Amino acid sequence: MTVKEMAQTLGLKVLAGEGGLEKKIIGGYTSDLLSDVMGYADAGYVWITLQTHKNVMAIASLKELAAVVLVKGFEPDADTVELAEQEDIPILSTTEQAFELSGRLYRLLHP
Amino acid sequence: MDLTFQIQGGDFTSAGTASSEVRRTLKELGVDASVIKRVVVALYEAEVNIVAHAYKGEIMAQISPEQVFLRLTDQGPGIPDIEKAMTPGYSTASQEVREMGFGAGMGLPNICRNADVFNIHSVPDKGTTVEITIQIN
Ligand SMILES: Nc1ncnc2c1ncn2[C@@H]1O[C@H](COP(=O)(O)OP(=O)(O)OP(=O)(O)O)[C@@H](O)[C@H]1O
Ligand SMILES: [Mg+2]
Repeated sequence: MTVKEMAQTLGLKVLAGEGGLEKKIIGGYTSDLLSDVMGYADAGYVWITLQTHKNVMAIASLKELAAVVLVKGFEPDADTVELAEQEDIPILSTTEQAFELSGRLYRLLHP
Repeated sequence: MDLTFQIQGGDFTSAGTASSEVRRTLKELGVDASVIKRVVVALYEAEVNIVAHAYKGEIMAQISPEQVFLRLTDQGPGIPDIEKAMTPGYSTASQEVREMGFGAGMGLPNICRNADVFNIHSVPDKGTTVEITIQIN
């Protein structure tokens, strides 16, 4: 499944990094702790979080994550958006909370 | 090949720049992806520890066909009890740093899990030196 297909199916808004919408998704990781994600997420994962600062994109890029989804309607900082565009890593958004979105993404990936 | 980087304490907007440069270099050299992944995790955590906990520091990355050797030296408060600092979940990060999602106390354990050799030496009120070796093959 691509990021674009996930966004369409789960009704996520694309906020930045549209150049990366064809990236393939192989899993997901839900955490607001950066070292947790650094240590345990893997390439091709979608990161579900409420952190909105630039370091999120630095980690997404270093870990080759497929996309970042901000929950509860949180908005990315301006320099976060800039880095997403530069690295072609989509930032998506939902008004749902992490628990709900994680559940729906899990079901989508493990039907 | 040797790369060096200067790191400024408190500068979270540049955190990860050195890790990103080293990753790019390793990719260009055609180093195995699984090795690069381990280098990235270990180096990023050590780099961010200088930003989060020290005043300033220097990173030296030495890349040879056999291994990646990283040495991070900082001027800072040092670590009075290294065993305690290595305990998963232990952190002295400020409230401000924790709000950004740092300060889980998982950085040093992450380095440990990804390094083949990990040495840490610290002098309280002076600074800390971290050495990480990751074998290529
Ligand atoms: N370079 C350093 N200088 C001074 N203290 C350090 C340094 N590196 C680590 N420490 C100390 O060791 C503790 C544990 O470090 P560790 O990287 O495991 O967790 P953290 O940095 O607090 O949080 P996280 O890495 O999960 O964001 C730190 O909170 C700090 O007290
Ligand atoms: Mg740390």
